[in-house]
Amino acid sequence: MHLHRLEKIWLSIGIGMLAVFLIVIGTMAFSMGIKPPSEHHHTIDPTKVSETAPFDQPGLRQTGDNRYEAVMVAYAFGFEPEKMEVPVGATIDFTVTSSDVVHGFYVVGTNINLMVVPGEISHLSHTFDKPGEYLILCNEYCGTGHEYMATTIVVK
Amino acid sequence: MKSFDRSDGKLVLAHILFAFAALLIGGLAGMLQGAVRGGTLTLPANIGYYELLTAHGVLMGLIFTTYFIIGFLYSGVSHTLGGKLLPAVKKLGWIGYIVMSVGTIIGVIVILLGKASVLYTFYAPMKASPWFYIALALVVIGSWLSGFGIFYQYWKWKKTNSGKLSPLFGYMSVVTMLLWQIATIGVAVEVVVQLIPWSFGWVEQVNVVLSRTLFWYFGHPLVYFWLLPAYICWYVVIPKIIGGRIFSDSLARLSFMLFLLFSIPVGFHHQLMEPGISSFWKFLQVVLTFMVIVPSLMTAFSMFATFELNGRAKGTKGLFGWVKVLPWKDVRFFAPFMGMLIFIPAGAGGIINASNQMNAVVHNTLWVTGHFHLTVATSVALTFFGITYWLIPTVMGRVLTPRMNRLGIIQTILWCIGMFFMSGSMHTVGLLGSPRRTAYTTYNDHPDAILWMPYHVAMAIGGFILLAAVLLIVYNVIALMRAPKGETEYPIGEVSDASEPTPRFLERWGMWIGIAVALILFAYTIPLIDMLNTTVTSPGYVTW
Repeated sequence: MHLHRLEKIWLSIGIGMLAVFLIVIGTMAFSMGIKPPSEHHHTIDPTKVSETAPFDQPGLRQTGDNRYEAVMVAYAFGFEPEKMEVPVGATIDFTVTSSDVVHGFYVVGTNINLMVVPGEISHLSHTFDKPGEYLILCNEYCGTGHEYMATTIVVK
Repeated sequence: MKSFDRSDGKLVLAHILFAFAALLIGGLAGMLQGAVRGGTLTLPANIGYYELLTAHGVLMGLIFTTYFIIGFLYSGVSHTLGGKLLPAVKKLGWIGYIVMSVGTIIGVIVILLGKASVLYTFYAPMKASPWFYIALALVVIGSWLSGFGIFYQYWKWKKTNSGKLSPLFGYMSVVTMLLWQIATIGVAVEVVVQLIPWSFGWVEQVNVVLSRTLFWYFGHPLVYFWLLPAYICWYVVIPKIIGGRIFSDSLARLSFMLFLLFSIPVGFHHQLMEPGISSFWKFLQVVLTFMVIVPSLMTAFSMFATFELNGRAKGTKGLFGWVKVLPWKDVRFFAPFMGMLIFIPAGAGGIINASNQMNAVVHNTLWVTGHFHLTVATSVALTFFGITYWLIPTVMGRVLTPRMNRLGIIQTILWCIGMFFMSGSMHTVGLLGSPRRTAYTTYNDHPDAILWMPYHVAMAIGGFILLAAVLLIVYNVIALMRAPKGETEYPIGEVSDASEPTPRFLERWGMWIGIAVALILFAYTIPLIDMLNTTVTSPGYVTW
């Protein structure tokens, strides 16, 4: 099929940029580990969240030198535990599930942005380098009280 | 000049008027949402923000678009494939219209009664009334019947004109409806097999990850179902309106086929942030998503090539001389052209959204809402408005008056200004983190959330301006129906003499559908087997 010379140039530049871009994000994902969250499959019975470890005891646990695991349950309309505090520079491994509908888990000012789906457990790690009171909110519509569904993490 | 078949015109008009009725109600709901979120309005106790939001999404995203598209495609199919609709096709069109309308009315009632505040994505395990899902199923089934009519008319035309190349409009209509048929299978399976039995209580539990995957298998091609009819206007109609020629028939057809191939096996880029899907399959679908940029670049090239060749044919000189001879004062050109222009940032925003791990920056923030208010609610909507100014006169035997044309230009400018405020602030505040689909809140006066408020107010101002523009387009539609009698030509562009003959493989439907199916199977089979094997299911909840 005939392509105009200028169109060939135009498409070559476009497709070339596309290839470069895909290689960059692909390399970041598969050799630098900067991937979308929750990559390994991890399920739970969504009706038995409060009886299943570790969600029977949601909360913040120290797991190493300035490293913590935050086991959290999203429910209509809130998060458990309600308040958490870590020192500056702490890395938190978030382990989150839902005990009812689909929720979002978003920490304002960071790239922590998880979908929390009943029956599945979402994972993400983040290092908090700056002090402050970080707002955690649900960013997936979950019902009448959706706009009240929020909590905070204090980093100091 | 052959006048448009009057009896076909009634079917077209019925669709267009239904679309604009949906736009009016949906626009009112949208303005109210903006006002609530901006903190300038508290709704009376019996109206909920999320009911309005559900109504807005369903009426704008599903009803306005689908009715307008079917009406527009039927008009072009009637005009270019034989001059009138075959009796069986007209019957299918009307039955489709009635089935969709029954569905729409049931759906709107259920939403307004507060039995289905689940938004237009109706994510399980939020459980709406079964009638909401039945209503959606009726809308989809009705649209299938209308689609079958288009296929039949095309097939008959090919039989009676064997060996001839099909008219471009008819060809593009078939691609658009094929895309729709293949895509809606996903949502139909979700609704009929999973949600309706569950919502009636016949089964207790639902597989949530599977339902979301089936939804997004449909949800992304849905946006191309909105876009392709706008592209038909850009490729086929606009060259005629500016007094030029279509740049290349074969490139136009090839770009449509590439859209058919690459708009379906890509739904995971809406699910990048969620568990249950491995990062390999997410990335694979990201790559397929980006392939759709190729036909988009082809379309952009074709449009500007048409404009420039038209300018040169009229003797303009210099790099940008062709800009001067474009009919800026003709709303039939101006409105779709503004749509094209806005598609440049809109498309770039889309690339950002689909960028695998980078999606974390914008996922479920107002940025995304801002994005599709540029794509569907500006590029597509303005093109549809531009079509209306000649389509209603054509099918009703009337003419566009200079006064109506002027009102149309004002309407277009008003829309762009409103959208600049609304979508501009949505994009900005989305980057700051403000979530989409959320009623007024300051999260206990958290300082970050307080900072978002000025942008929310700007959104509300945009919403007011857009409602004024909606009222003006509704007035224009009514005025067009009362315009002076006369004949308006159906604008169908002719292909440039310099364009080479169209290769016949572009009409080998079996081959293209085969490739589309193969890509879908490639992108979805293994993740779907994995989802079907999971034993985790969830009961339903009513959280509103």
